[in-house]
Amino acid sequence: MTTSALILMVSTQSLVAIITFYFFFKVLTVKPKEIEEPDEND
Amino acid sequence: MSKKESWGSRVGLILAMAGNAVGLGNFLRFPAQAVANGGGTFIIPYLVSFLLMGIPLLWVEWSMGRFGGRFGDHSTPFILDNLGKKKIWKYIGVFGIFTNLGVISYYTYIESWTLTYMIESVTGAFSGMDQAAVAGHFDSYVDINASGINFPKLAIGAFLVTLAFNIWILSKGISGGIEKIAKVAMPMLIIFGAFLAIKAFTIGDTGACATCDSMLGFNYLWEPQFSSLLDPTVWLAAAGQIFFTVSVGMGTIHCYASYLKKNDDIALNAMSAGWMNEFVEVVLGASVVIPISVGYLGLDWVQENAGFMMAFKTMPFLFDKWGPVFSELAGFFWFGLLFFAGVTSSLAMGTPFMGFMQDEFKWTRKKSAVVLGFIVLVMATPTIIFFQQGVFDEYDYWTGTVSLVIFAFLEVILFAYVFGIDKGWDEVNRGADIKVPTFFKYVTKWVTPVFTGTILLFSFYPFLSSQDANSTILYKLMNADIKDELKLIEDYKELPNSTEATVYDINEFMEYLNSKRGIDSTLFGFDGNAKRTGDHASALPAMVKSEELVYAPNGFLLWKPIPSDKEDSIATMKARMAAIKEVNKRLNELDENIPDTLLNETIILPQINNYLDNIYAGGSVINPKQDTLAEPLIDEGLVDVVNLFQGRNFTSLKQLSDYNPELEIYSKQLKKKKVFVNGSRLLLLVIFILIALMVRIAYLRREKLKTA
Repeated sequence: MTTSALILMVSTQSLVAIITFYFFFKVLTVKPKEIEEPDEND
Repeated sequence: MSKKESWGSRVGLILAMAGNAVGLGNFLRFPAQAVANGGGTFIIPYLVSFLLMGIPLLWVEWSMGRFGGRFGDHSTPFILDNLGKKKIWKYIGVFGIFTNLGVISYYTYIESWTLTYMIESVTGAFSGMDQAAVAGHFDSYVDINASGINFPKLAIGAFLVTLAFNIWILSKGISGGIEKIAKVAMPMLIIFGAFLAIKAFTIGDTGACATCDSMLGFNYLWEPQFSSLLDPTVWLAAAGQIFFTVSVGMGTIHCYASYLKKNDDIALNAMSAGWMNEFVEVVLGASVVIPISVGYLGLDWVQENAGFMMAFKTMPFLFDKWGPVFSELAGFFWFGLLFFAGVTSSLAMGTPFMGFMQDEFKWTRKKSAVVLGFIVLVMATPTIIFFQQGVFDEYDYWTGTVSLVIFAFLEVILFAYVFGIDKGWDEVNRGADIKVPTFFKYVTKWVTPVFTGTILLFSFYPFLSSQDANSTILYKLMNADIKDELKLIEDYKELPNSTEATVYDINEFMEYLNSKRGIDSTLFGFDGNAKRTGDHASALPAMVKSEELVYAPNGFLLWKPIPSDKEDSIATMKARMAAIKEVNKRLNELDENIPDTLLNETIILPQINNYLDNIYAGGSVINPKQDTLAEPLIDEGLVDVVNLFQGRNFTSLKQLSDYNPELEIYSKQLKKKKVFVNGSRLLLLVIFILIALMVRIAYLRREKLKTA
């Protein structure tokens, strides 16, 4: 594998993985909101 | 889903949304698009398109869905109606049901293939098969005639099981069915994909051929070709890939989001689900099919054959290289992940119709699921039975491609300009658990519509010369590809008869000539593979070349080997026709002007020298005007005939004229295909109209309830 291909692959996949895990981690750790007044979906 | 339904957990929602987006395309379409559009450089326009079109459209659809859910609307007709007060919007919303019904009809069929192959993998069905046998296995699996009865039994059985499974899950509802499956399917999909991706990295150089190295496959995908960044078709392909991978323009995101409460976050949820799809595509999808295939079949083979069908026609053969246990595991993982990817998507596709029927006609969840099942069964049957006649492709094109783009463009116009970007942006930010950059507000208003509008424009007509014209809407409507092929056949059919007659006459004459001179014409025989017997094989440079015939300087016609899939190759047929036309022209010239046009000393002399060299043991240079043996040939004007049509060549031409009946069959198949293609379009149009009528009825019922 050439150096440029390796750099592009590693940097892109790392970036995507980091962003994905960051957002998912945020979902898991964000505090749930307080209960609000009902709407049609209640 | 009843209006009292909701998501059981945030993680369940995100996994279901990601599952909606993740599909077979993540593993099959993305790598093929990347290699066809600049390799590693493709990722640049791809990520730019994701930022400027994918993410904004995700936020648009999530917020539209949640907004509509506030009013008890769980499908796009009345979700859009809430945002844009003009009546037209509810009918534009029809796309959000129509697309899903159209796509689910053939998508569940593909899903059923993965289920069958999953089972066949663990039972060792592919053990010991070579690549051709694996490909043939798939062809017979979908072949209507393979079972001896007029339908593929196993394929239909698997489809019914898959459909029933989907309907059963949908009947359990959002949290009881869809969410539970998503919580199992998505992690399993990622684990299976990671296993195969790691394996792909470890394969390396298999030694099966000169370019059989999985690292070459990675290189092929990721080597940047920066010049391709200037090619507009690459940007178009990247934008198109983002479009399909994120699953916008379908109405499924709206539907899922409509079960959120009005202050539930959508900004972070959309990001999490969207990037999860990108992870599966860019990290896992890019690391499986291409590298593994290159590892065992070589770069050249993959470059020519990379495409969707590799999943079924190639991968089982490759897994078989890993030993009995590992190959079965790999096959189970591969088809298992495709099955999970498929089922999470098809479940999403079923929800808009169910939501609409429950909202507007007060159907129960079970009733709407069962009726959906019957509709899918009816719509899918033509794609199964008439798979080879183009019905499947038509469904995919109109509902899985065109419909999406039209709807996405119109909805972003609605969101940004009709509903208004300020109100829309407030909606995106309501309850947000992340700070949404204001930059995206202006992107959503100014850039995203241009992006989607451009894709829509270029899908209508091939403005770029590098586009495939036959994949554009205008050309498709005209059936341009079928018409081209039929014309080619009609033109071709005019030739062989005249050629055949003239060829016969000359053949007869040559027999006479040879017998008169006592020459055995097989001395100069040319076999069908264009190899010349005797000592002159290497001495015949070509003066005129067509793809099928090579003219040597002395006028000999040499046949090139005929490829085995010649029937499917328009290029081959074109070249063959051009060659036959040329030959026919030469024959006609011979008939009329034998002594005058063809007795050219610069051509004839070498011909005669070559011709006679093998016969006479003595000298090889003969002056035709002096040699008494050559004189009769020249007098009768037959030298060129002899040189042109040595017996074996002649036979090849006769064989070519026998091509005619095969073309007759192919011509009939094409005409039949045209009927099926037009019939499919009519069916889809009828379905669109029926859904629009149902929306109209629902609207009138609402009006009646208001006044009551």
